[in-house]
Amino acid sequence: MKGAISGTAFVYGANVDTDQIYPGGYLDLTDPELVARHAMERVDPDFVKEVKPGDMIVAGANFGCGSSREHAAVTLKAAGIAVVLADSFARIFYRNAINLGLPLLVCTGIARLVKRGDLLSVDLATGAVINRTSGATATAEPLSAYVMAILESGGVKPMIRKQRGLPVEG
Amino acid sequence: MHAVEKILARAAGREEVTTGEIVNCTVDLAGINDLYLQTLRSFAEMGGQKVYDPGKVVMFLDHFAPASTITQADNQKQFRTFCREQGIDLLMDIDQGVCHQVLTDKGLVRPGMLVVVTDSHTTTHGAFGAFGTGVGATDLAIILMTGQLWFRVPEVIRINLKGTLGPGVYAKDVILKVIGTLGADYGVYRAVELAGPLLEGLGVSERMTLCNMTTEMGAKTAYIQPDQVTFDFLQNKKVNLESPGVTTDPGYRYTAEHTFDVTGLKPQLAVPHSVDNVSDITAYLGRPIDQAYLGTCTGGRVEDLAVAARILKGKHVHPGTRFVVVPASKGVFLEAMAKGYIQTLVSAGATFVTPSCAACLGTHQGILAAGETCITASSRNFPGRMGDAGAEIFVASPASVAAAALEGKIADPAQYLGQKEAER
Repeated sequence: MKGAISGTAFVYGANVDTDQIYPGGYLDLTDPELVARHAMERVDPDFVKEVKPGDMIVAGANFGCGSSREHAAVTLKAAGIAVVLADSFARIFYRNAINLGLPLLVCTGIARLVKRGDLLSVDLATGAVINRTSGATATAEPLSAYVMAILESGGVKPMIRKQRGLPVEG
Repeated sequence: MHAVEKILARAAGREEVTTGEIVNCTVDLAGINDLYLQTLRSFAEMGGQKVYDPGKVVMFLDHFAPASTITQADNQKQFRTFCREQGIDLLMDIDQGVCHQVLTDKGLVRPGMLVVVTDSHTTTHGAFGAFGTGVGATDLAIILMTGQLWFRVPEVIRINLKGTLGPGVYAKDVILKVIGTLGADYGVYRAVELAGPLLEGLGVSERMTLCNMTTEMGAKTAYIQPDQVTFDFLQNKKVNLESPGVTTDPGYRYTAEHTFDVTGLKPQLAVPHSVDNVSDITAYLGRPIDQAYLGTCTGGRVEDLAVAARILKGKHVHPGTRFVVVPASKGVFLEAMAKGYIQTLVSAGATFVTPSCAACLGTHQGILAAGETCITASSRNFPGRMGDAGAEIFVASPASVAAAALEGKIADPAQYLGQKEAER
């Protein structure tokens, strides 16, 4: 988790719920590639056409509220999202994303500093956020040691495999 | 310590826990539902072979009951096979109904338990003094492997409820008022205790509705201190009450307290498209309704069907409106049938769906087209929640749903209920 990552921002408002991130009609899917095709479908139908690996989501408060569906985290991760920055996150979504190795950073007021398409640079270790397009800067809350350990393992699944002495892929 | 902290401390094998601390807890009851085949995938991906304690695991085939696509059917088949192979006897197949109501009907939740289900509305079990919380598929898979999961000990908010409910006003209206006042993210990462003299007059069904809906303010868990009402209910379900749960220490300092006096409260509506966008029903009277929806873990209990039957007895659903009714469980269905509510509602023109989550989450059995308006006794009105994102969803009490079914438009249910109802 050393060094900054860069990506293009998609920006949304407050209370983006899991039904908007991943509609209930597709919950019988499990293959991440199929799940990724419906990412953000109810809030932004253009998202799947435009998203590229390494892109970032910026949002207001309570991102990921609503149902417990892990699909909401799977779809963003599989669509290539590198990090989500928001005023706050709903708790089940938070756990799901971290478990999958998708970093979430709490960064108050970030949605006001970023426009869709801005290039962001984010340092997960320090929380430093730089908007390369506008020059604005912000600082996200540091991740807890517990969460950092999961992310550094690439998610909870590789972490548990390692703990159990099982081989970890790539 | 607060009661919810004591539950986590006991589950973590500790004398004490402190707010904000992360503790590893042994889970007393773990539930999986049929939306999350990923649970079994994650179990396999982490190298899981044998479920740690199959006697503590419940499998619910409730969200896709019965299957309406081949993929759903195949997922359910895989769940049944997993239960057979792993010795999970508590398989609640498609005849049983919604997970939280099934757990209640079968008396599987006791005060003081730590209950974790892959469903956000697991907060419902706070009505029994249990610590209920929802998680995702991979977290549940970790419980299948180890019997344990980490939790952050939450801050606790207390909501004091007092006053007297008027005719046509119910627990659902109260909790919508609370959510509308405090906001959809007020309870995030926090436990929400519901307390105060109003609770003394509320039965278990309405207490479950209160706790269930705290999810819509982001709560990690909800809690109501068990009292005689709780114990009588559980005794009736033959629940082992040797351990009566825990109590909060005198002098416990809540992170925040809020008091709501419900005297004079009007029926409430959560207006499109968020659950904290709450209004008195009076602002929307006369809004035409295409579908009225009665059911779910929020509003599909016997008491909910009873009030609908009372409003519709000897009358008929408005010709321009569909009235879709889904008893929350087989137990609810049977009891409502024995009491004649099902016959009354079918005669009045209701369309029944087998106990399940059905259209609440827009998967099947009554989903909405673009431009339609629905009033629902369920919990959520997010864009597209019950079908097309161009549909409008009003969240209300079962009584308000039934009144709208009758009139074909949003209506105040009080006119059909009167004073007797206020003395429940």
